[in-house]
Amino acid sequence: MTTFTDPYSSSRETTEGTVFSVTGGDWNELVTEIGATKEEHIVVNMGPQHPSTHGVLRLVLELEGETVTEVRCGIGYLHTGIEKNIEYRSWTQGVTFVTRMDYLSPLFNETAYCLATEKLLGITNDVPERASAIRVLMMELNRISSHMVALGTGALELGAITPMFFAFRERERVLDIFEMISGLRMNMAYIRPGGVQQDLPAGATQKIRETVKEMRKAFKDNATLLIGNSIWMKRTVGIGYLDLAGCTTLGITGPVLRSTGLPWDLRKTQPYCGYENYDFDVVTTDTCDVYGRFLVRMNELEQSLRIIEQACDKIDKLAGAPVMVADKKIAWPAQLAMGGDGLGNSLDHIREIMGTSMESLIHHFKLVTEGFRVPAGQVYAAVESPRGELGAHIVSDGGTRPYRMHFREPSFNNLQSTSAMCEGSMVADIIGAVASIDPVMGGVDR
Amino acid sequence: MAPRWIGMGLIMGLEEKLPSGFVLTTVEKLAGYMRKNSLWPATFGLACCAIEMMAVGSAAKYDISRFGMEVFRASPRQADLMIVAGRVSNKMAPVLRQIYDQMAAPKWVLAMGACASSGGMFNNYAIVQGVDHVVPVDIYLPGCPPRPEMLMDAILKLHSSIYDEKLGPNREAVIKSVEEAAMNALPTHQMKGLLA
Amino acid sequence: MSDHGMFGTHGTGDTSGYGGLVRSAATTGSSERPYGSYFDDVADDLERAYPAFSDAIERVVVDRGELTLHVKREKLVEVSKILRDSLKFEMCMGVSGVHYPEQSGRELHAVYPLLSITNNRRIRLEVSVPDNDAHIPSVVEVWAGNNWHERETFDMFGIIFDGHPGLTRILMPDDWQGHPQRKDYALGGIPVEYKGATIPAPDERRSYR
Repeated sequence: MTTFTDPYSSSRETTEGTVFSVTGGDWNELVTEIGATKEEHIVVNMGPQHPSTHGVLRLVLELEGETVTEVRCGIGYLHTGIEKNIEYRSWTQGVTFVTRMDYLSPLFNETAYCLATEKLLGITNDVPERASAIRVLMMELNRISSHMVALGTGALELGAITPMFFAFRERERVLDIFEMISGLRMNMAYIRPGGVQQDLPAGATQKIRETVKEMRKAFKDNATLLIGNSIWMKRTVGIGYLDLAGCTTLGITGPVLRSTGLPWDLRKTQPYCGYENYDFDVVTTDTCDVYGRFLVRMNELEQSLRIIEQACDKIDKLAGAPVMVADKKIAWPAQLAMGGDGLGNSLDHIREIMGTSMESLIHHFKLVTEGFRVPAGQVYAAVESPRGELGAHIVSDGGTRPYRMHFREPSFNNLQSTSAMCEGSMVADIIGAVASIDPVMGGVDR
Repeated sequence: MAPRWIGMGLIMGLEEKLPSGFVLTTVEKLAGYMRKNSLWPATFGLACCAIEMMAVGSAAKYDISRFGMEVFRASPRQADLMIVAGRVSNKMAPVLRQIYDQMAAPKWVLAMGACASSGGMFNNYAIVQGVDHVVPVDIYLPGCPPRPEMLMDAILKLHSSIYDEKLGPNREAVIKSVEEAAMNALPTHQMKGLLA
Repeated sequence: MSDHGMFGTHGTGDTSGYGGLVRSAATTGSSERPYGSYFDDVADDLERAYPAFSDAIERVVVDRGELTLHVKREKLVEVSKILRDSLKFEMCMGVSGVHYPEQSGRELHAVYPLLSITNNRRIRLEVSVPDNDAHIPSVVEVWAGNNWHERETFDMFGIIFDGHPGLTRILMPDDWQGHPQRKDYALGGIPVEYKGATIPAPDERRSYR
């Protein structure tokens, strides 16, 4: 080897190769010698079963030490073929399938589907005001429950376990309201083309107002735990950076887009279901990082509470109004009510179709088994789901079944940004970035 | 229910060698008692049922830490119970089987929800029609999604059947009788129910 | 053909009279000016920015308050670039494939909903290709978010997007044969049996088309 006259280091050749002895002072020389050897890239599979990946998401990481050089997402582990399945079901049955796509925000799926169907039917202006107000109420409650899961699981994955308990406690309150109104906690199939399935039970708005008061107080628990918490901020500030240019080219909407500073919210810009009559603010931050998205979601909770209160007022004012479109060729034939045995029933309707009118019976039968016919055409209707723009592209051929139904799911687009957000950062930051995107794999894979 | 893993030739240890009778009964009860009282689930939440499973595990209102089960182990090596919560697609089925294989015996499988039990409402090309096509299931839980209380009921029923599991020669006798019953059972298409 | 006499059904048993009706889903006509709302502005701006407008755009359809531009596949990337840069349609909401088996020569359609945040507008691009030559140029260079959408459309329909950086299956397992959402692909599904009765799979049941 070279003759070292440096008093601080020497080297000698051994059977194992060159051994360097360094006593200080020439680390640079040593590092350049070693640097000639190749770096090691490890490929790690964060497989579909992993507690930190929001469902069955597969991340293939190429690591150089702790730094991530490449991230690739593998999806499709929850592909259910819902879109093809709907082609064999009637328009009303489609709601039950669609509701299970993005299972954290079922009512948004239903609303997008119903808005598109109503657009095709041409009855968008005939949907009763009370039905629209109930839709808004249910959607905002769903936004709260979905954000609670996002915050809870996001915090859990980054190591903060207590926020998850608080978040799920609030979620249970919302699920209680859902159960009271629609009968189910999740996947309710409550919003149908033409209106909603049944009216609110007595005392619903009262209970909702009480719950809103309790939730306002309870949201502070999580806020005091996390906002300004130095550990939380070290894990989330500057992580998962994606600015406005990146968002628009990747087609990203929702809290991720609003964390870049752009106040784009479909409820304000392209309102549906009467959102233009509600008073609320669009929440933005401008830090483009995980902390910004977290703040956006926390503040959207308060805005949702405002909308819920206004919707309750509206519903109370419209007491007694119908909740289904008036056209009998489209509306679901029976207005359900809770029978004495606890089962849903509509005894008046049954008395009529079984006792008095044969035509009503035939009409009911045809409507339920065959379904209504939707004129041919294609339509795209979008709603602002907790994750972004949820769009339904529906093609009808004039029959009783959708010809083609495709959902543009926000999580599908938002997940594409993991590579842009995570490459160059450390492994632990991937968890935070994916949690801030808040993907729901049911929506991604459909 | 016959313990399924015995077919894989795993030797249970000392309790296999003990004679049947009074001694073994007490050992059975002891082993069953210990096994059921801290059953650690493996995280296998797939879809909507996973959210209800999280509601059960999160101690907010429905709390499974009263059974010692709130520790959902991410690593299958440390888990006893695999709660398959959600629809299993064809792409996910090999992963499911691999996780099941990686679990150490004794292990049990709970098929949560209609999709895991039988394919649910998704009778199509993409979904495995029942997780028992892939892994042996010990208890099926219907619902879409099942309420948290239903999940806890299923877990408690599983607990009681784990408590009653036999060891050694008793277990082999149970397996034999179950197999005989299955061989002589009336086929489904010959059963006359309300539809016939 | 067994002998039932006068009783029992022959065929599907559907007596509605609609069984033999063949319906076509896609419209073939084109809308005429004025289109209404902001669609005229969009069409005018596009014509100004892209003089070869009439070569590239086959039809313009305005239906149910939405504008659809049917674009020739060769000009798709050009039109997309102009829509994105001059007309400010910054976001593309993805690609949706539709399969119309009865439209021979134009069986596979790819639909691109576009969104302009600046002008708060929505339009739609539609490209039709035949089954035996299902190639569409990829717009990933124009809107990077279409990467996965094009992979999904390839996976589900078999449309090959030329120029896509990595066109592989995304939702189905990598070695799956066939493209599931095409109309000639069966739904799959098994008959469900319970105590003597069998319910056939959803696509085999009596259909009320």
